[in-house]
Order: sequence, then structure tokens, then C-alpha cells
Amino acid sequence: MGGNPAVEGVAGKRILELTETGEARSGRRSDEVVIGISPAFGAFFSTTIVGLPHAEVLRELLAGIEEQGVRARVVRFRHSADVAVIAHTSAKLSGSGIGIGILSRGTTVIHQKDLVRLSNLELFPQAPLMDLETFRKVGRNAARYAKGESPEPVPSRNDHMARPRWQAKAALLHIKETEFVRAHAEPVELGVEIRMAHAG
Amino acid sequence: MSTMGAAGEEPSVTPRRSKRTEILENRPVNLDGFVEEWPEVGMVAMDSPYDPQPSVRVENGVVVEMDGRTREEFDFLDQFIADHAIDAEAAERAMALSAIEIAHMLVDPKVSRDEVLAVSSGLTPAKLLEVVKTMNVVEIMMAMQKMRARRTPANQAHSTSARDNPVQVVADAAEAALRGFRELETTLGVVRYAPLVAIALQVGAQAARPGVLTQCALEEATELELGMRGITGYAETISVYGTEPVFCDGDDTPWSKAFLASAYASRGIKMRFTSGTGSEVQMGNAQGKSMLYLEIRCVLVTKGAGVQGLQNGSISCIGVPGAVPAGIRAVAAENLVASMVGLECASGNDQSFSHSDMRRTARLMPQLLAGTDFVCSGYSSVPNYDNMFAGSNLDCEDYDDWNVIQRDLQVDGALRHVPEDEILAARNRAARALQGVFAHLDLPSITDREIEAVTYSHGSEDLPFRDVLEDLKGAQSVMDRGITGLDIVKGLEAGGFADIAESLLGVLRQRVSGDLLHTSAILTPELTTLSAVNDPNDYAGPGTGYRPTGARWEEMKRLRHVVSARNPEEEVG
Repeated sequence: MGGNPAVEGVAGKRILELTETGEARSGRRSDEVVIGISPAFGAFFSTTIVGLPHAEVLRELLAGIEEQGVRARVVRFRHSADVAVIAHTSAKLSGSGIGIGILSRGTTVIHQKDLVRLSNLELFPQAPLMDLETFRKVGRNAARYAKGESPEPVPSRNDHMARPRWQAKAALLHIKETEFVRAHAEPVELGVEIRMAHAG
Repeated sequence: MSTMGAAGEEPSVTPRRSKRTEILENRPVNLDGFVEEWPEVGMVAMDSPYDPQPSVRVENGVVVEMDGRTREEFDFLDQFIADHAIDAEAAERAMALSAIEIAHMLVDPKVSRDEVLAVSSGLTPAKLLEVVKTMNVVEIMMAMQKMRARRTPANQAHSTSARDNPVQVVADAAEAALRGFRELETTLGVVRYAPLVAIALQVGAQAARPGVLTQCALEEATELELGMRGITGYAETISVYGTEPVFCDGDDTPWSKAFLASAYASRGIKMRFTSGTGSEVQMGNAQGKSMLYLEIRCVLVTKGAGVQGLQNGSISCIGVPGAVPAGIRAVAAENLVASMVGLECASGNDQSFSHSDMRRTARLMPQLLAGTDFVCSGYSSVPNYDNMFAGSNLDCEDYDDWNVIQRDLQVDGALRHVPEDEILAARNRAARALQGVFAHLDLPSITDREIEAVTYSHGSEDLPFRDVLEDLKGAQSVMDRGITGLDIVKGLEAGGFADIAESLLGVLRQRVSGDLLHTSAILTPELTTLSAVNDPNDYAGPGTGYRPTGARWEEMKRLRHVVSARNPEEEVG
């Protein structure tokens, strides 16, 4: 058991502020990656299934992309809680054709616009195994695909005891997230601010 | 996790806890997940206020109303069940019986299995649910003991490799066969490896104790092709679901699944469907119905499709019913419903279920004690780290515990203790046979070093790496060159393994006779079919039905360590 060391090592708590800045548009820059977040990410939900704060998750994804010299845009999807739809639509909005989709509980996909929706570049289906280091690598790889490189896929992890511990909670989280789906709502562009909480 | 406040805050004070609480807190069972019921979204095992009330109305031989819905209101599952699974002639009379009367018939040993089948053929999903809801776990087991299709219980194993290593699979398959499993299932990490691993499984399955049927769980078209070529011997991973949206998510309907089933039947290949409680709520589309009600719809879709059997018992969703109250009772009940409508039941116990050894054993008891057609539909014959079905409720490290439980309770779980020298010989010979087949088929070679390693290994971590890219090229060439089961037979013969070749040919011959299409068919090591036709369950109370006796009971008495009565300074073995 125990918490995630990467989080416990953080001296204070980071706060995530997401501001809607209008309808998400197709990007023209070939050096960008679009991160698509699910309807309740950083909103109704504030952590993944294992309690990683969404602020930290998004921070790692952004850092992974930016360290490769690639730009990131963050878009909220409201019409679906299906990670394949979110990742694939993100890829289609992205000027590079590369997108990342992430659900509140942490399930993540790297997608490319020319692939079919149920295919992908990299899939991370076991949300409980996603730690901050993995999110950083996801961001990094997405950026490298955007630059036309062929990175080694992020090593996939497997834990045969994840099911007894997390499966039912994952089902509840999925149902809850689905309650925030609005059938025809367009994706919106987000301004992202991640800052330290002021103590006291 | 205890968190300290940020700089400047007082550290949070943890209230003092009892030492006992601390010990209990650290017990493995507390790593399992438990959730509250939420019937509105279907997060409820078997007792939901939103499940329909049973009803039926038949006009001119057609079911025009079922469980409170008229024909116009039917979804496609209702329609399929009403038209193909329910015997319209039996329906009104059967539905007139109370749920309690039917449950009594199930439990009463004086009422025969056939009499129950005559009634259950006319029952709707809601009525079947109402019947099993009147039964506690012991009554469910009593009923299962009688309603299981085949008299002799059997068991199925998973044989997979974290590295998709065919050399590991052939050796573990041979050992599993020797230990008593009658079906073996594999799947892959890297799907393109499938042809090589499926060949390895087939060779291993016939190498030490023949007649074991094999399958490779894959995307449906490839799975069918491997079956038609005779590289595999049966199919199981044809999934059905209890609500229309979840069915449609997989681009399927009951009719498309029935069509696929008929493709297998056309070649004399055994097959069963798969379903289980919890899949619909897991996919967020349970339409507010209980897990068991939806699973009963799957059971009847299977029956309506004319398929002989079903793998159920929640299967890959076991964490969902496992997390709610009465979930494991519901899982035992879903197995019973499959058996009570006359299907073969491969009864789960095939996915990692609990961190607690006590809890995972308790979960197994209803199927092991009552006996089912396949107690496990996937006992991991490899360590769980190699299990590519994401881990099983039991793995090869539990073999001795299983054998002791069989002996303690005189209950036949279809396995046996095998002395180490026999196991080593079987693993070695199976690997050498595969070496011969690969050489004959011009596939990437298997070295003597690999054979030596796999003879003594426990899992993939103990084996030399193979050249994966070469293997994948070889796997592709199996598909491109149209290699079939007969080519494997020729390879075995050419490699000097005439007896294994003969056994595999005997297994392949079964698809011409079609005997494996009978309900609950398995092959004995002598390649005789045992099924509900020639080995029907005849349980009729104490002193009847299957009981381990004679040579089988003597075999079950053997364990790794048993002190000799004649000379207590020695062990028998």
C-alpha cells in the first residue's frame, strides 16, 4: 500500500486552474501536441483512481512535451468519456496529428489522426499503474511522435492483482464520469495554470 | 497514507489505533476493493428493485410478451431469447410454477435432471432470476451437483508466457496435461506470435497425456482460422453481453455470434460462448439491471444460438461482483443457470480475484465441491507473472494445495500429484518434439540449451531469450504457407515422435466424426469422447452420481509427502 513517493516528495500542494477560452480549433502548427481531457477531469474529479492529483498529472504531461521543444494545447471534451474518442479527436485537432487522451481515473492513450479510432500509438489501459514518471514519459513520447520520430514505447506494466483491488472502483468512476457527458457539446480550449497552494 | 501538513501548518495528529486494528489493517484481504451497491446503474449483484417481474404470454406458438414487455417493446436480446431460447410450448405451464416450487425441484435429488430441463426450457430470464434468488449457496451447490451436464468433472488450464515463448508453452502444456487438465487455453502478449504459440500448445497437449483440447484466444477471425486449420482444437472466447448497447459496442448482435458459432460447428470444432456478471456495469451500460439478471440473458442467448456450452462465472469482470454484497453467491448462481438450461458450464475461477488466500479459496468452493464441467476455465499452469490473461485465481504454485484439498474432502477437482521425474521427462520430451516440428516446418530453431532450461524452469524468467523478430517472421510464414494441423502431425513423425503424431492425428480425426460437438465433450487420454450423451450426469442423491472411487481415488491419495504406514521412516510416493 502507501502513497505515491513522487507525490509525497512534493513539498506543497499544487492547484490546477482550468479556464475555458472558447471552442477548440484545429491547430496549424506542426510542432504541437493536443492533450484531450475527459468531461470531469480537474473538475468534479481532482485525482486519478490511485489518488494522483490531476494538477501533477497534467504538469508531467506538459513538461514531457515541452522538454522536447514541442508546444502543448489542452482541450476539454464534453461529448464523450471514451478514451479512444478523446485521444483520436485530440489527434485530429492537433497540427502535428498527434494527441493524448486522458480520463479522470488516469487511463491514457497516445493517438495519431490517420489511425482508426480503436487503434492507437500507445495505450495505457491500467489506470492504477500510472505514476507521475509514466505520465512524463507519455508526454515525451507524444512530442517525439509529433517531431516525426519513432520512440521506444513507454514500457507497459502489468499487475495481476490490480483487478481485485480496483476493478469495481474503476466501474464507479467510469459511470460517474459518464454522467458529465453532454451529447453534442463541442470541445473547448483551456487555459491552464498550475501553481503552488499558499500555506496558511 | 498519512500526510504531513505543508510548511507552516501544524503536523496532523493521527489518533491512536489499537495494535489489533493495525494487524487487521495489514491483512491481504484489505487490499481488495469493496464498494457500496448502486442499483440505479446496475452496481448490484442479484437483487435490484429495477429488475423486471417474470411474465410470459404465448399466441399461436409465438412468445408475444416476456417479463413485462410486449413484442413491440422487445430489444434484440429479448427477441432472440423469445424466438430461439424459450420453448413456447412449455412456457406457460412452466411459468405457472412458483419460483420456490422450481427451486425445490432443483434441490430435491428425487427430481431428475431431465425433469428440471423440461421445466427450465420454458422459463424467461426474470423467472430464472427469481428461482435462484430463493436459493442460498448450499442449495445452489446441491442443484449444481445434479444439473452439471457431464457426470465426470474436468478442469481447464491457461498456458501462456510473458515473453510468448513457445518453448515454455510446449513444456507447461505437457506438464498440465500430465497433471490432469483436459483443456488448455493460451493467449499472447504480442498477437503476431499466435501461430507459433498455438502450435506449441497443441504439441505439448498431446506429448505426455494425449487427448487434451487446445485453444488460442484471439481476435475472432484469426481464432476461427487457426481452428479451421487444426492448429487449435476448440474455441471459447466468443463473448456475449446482456444489454443491447454493450453488445453493439463490440459491433455484434446475437445473430452475428450465432453465425460465428455455426462456422465452428461446420468443421466439427468444439466451441462455447463466454459471458459473466459485471461486464455491463463495467462498460457503463447496465440499464439499471442487476448483474445476474443481465447474465441470465447471456445464458439464454447462448442457448438460443444453439451453442453447446458457456464459460461464465464473471470471468474477467470478477472484481465487480466480488466488490458488492452477495456477489460471489451471484457468481455461483450464474454457473447454475447455465447448467440448469442444459449447457456445458466452464465455471470461471480463472482470473485473479483476491489478495487473500482464504478468500480466493472460499470463492472456489461452490464449483469445486459441487463439481462442474470445468471447475476452472483457466487454472494458470504457469506462475501468475506469466499469465497473459492477467492472472488466475489459482496458479501452478497452488498445485499441491489443490491436491491436498481433493484428498481431504474426497472431492474430484480433476487434478493429480505427479512425481518430479515424470514431469521432467514430459517437459523435456515435449520441448524436443517441438524442436523437431519447428525444424521440419523450417521455423526458427529451438536450441538444446533452451530445452535443458525449460525442463527445469518455473517461468519465463528462467529461460534464454529467443530472437523475437525471427520468431515473428516464422509465425507469419505459418499463416502465409497455409500450415495446418496435419503438417504438425508430419513434423512430429519426421522428428521421431510417432506416438505424439498418432495422438494429434486422433484428435484431429474427431472433427470428422463430430463427437466433440456434443454437450460438454472432452477426450480421455485414450481419445474416447466423454460427453453429456455417453457420460450423462446421473446424480440422484446420496449413493448415486459421480464419486471418486477405485483407481481414481487411489491416485488422489498420493501427495508429495505421505508417511509410509509400513515403515514410518519412509515416505510413499
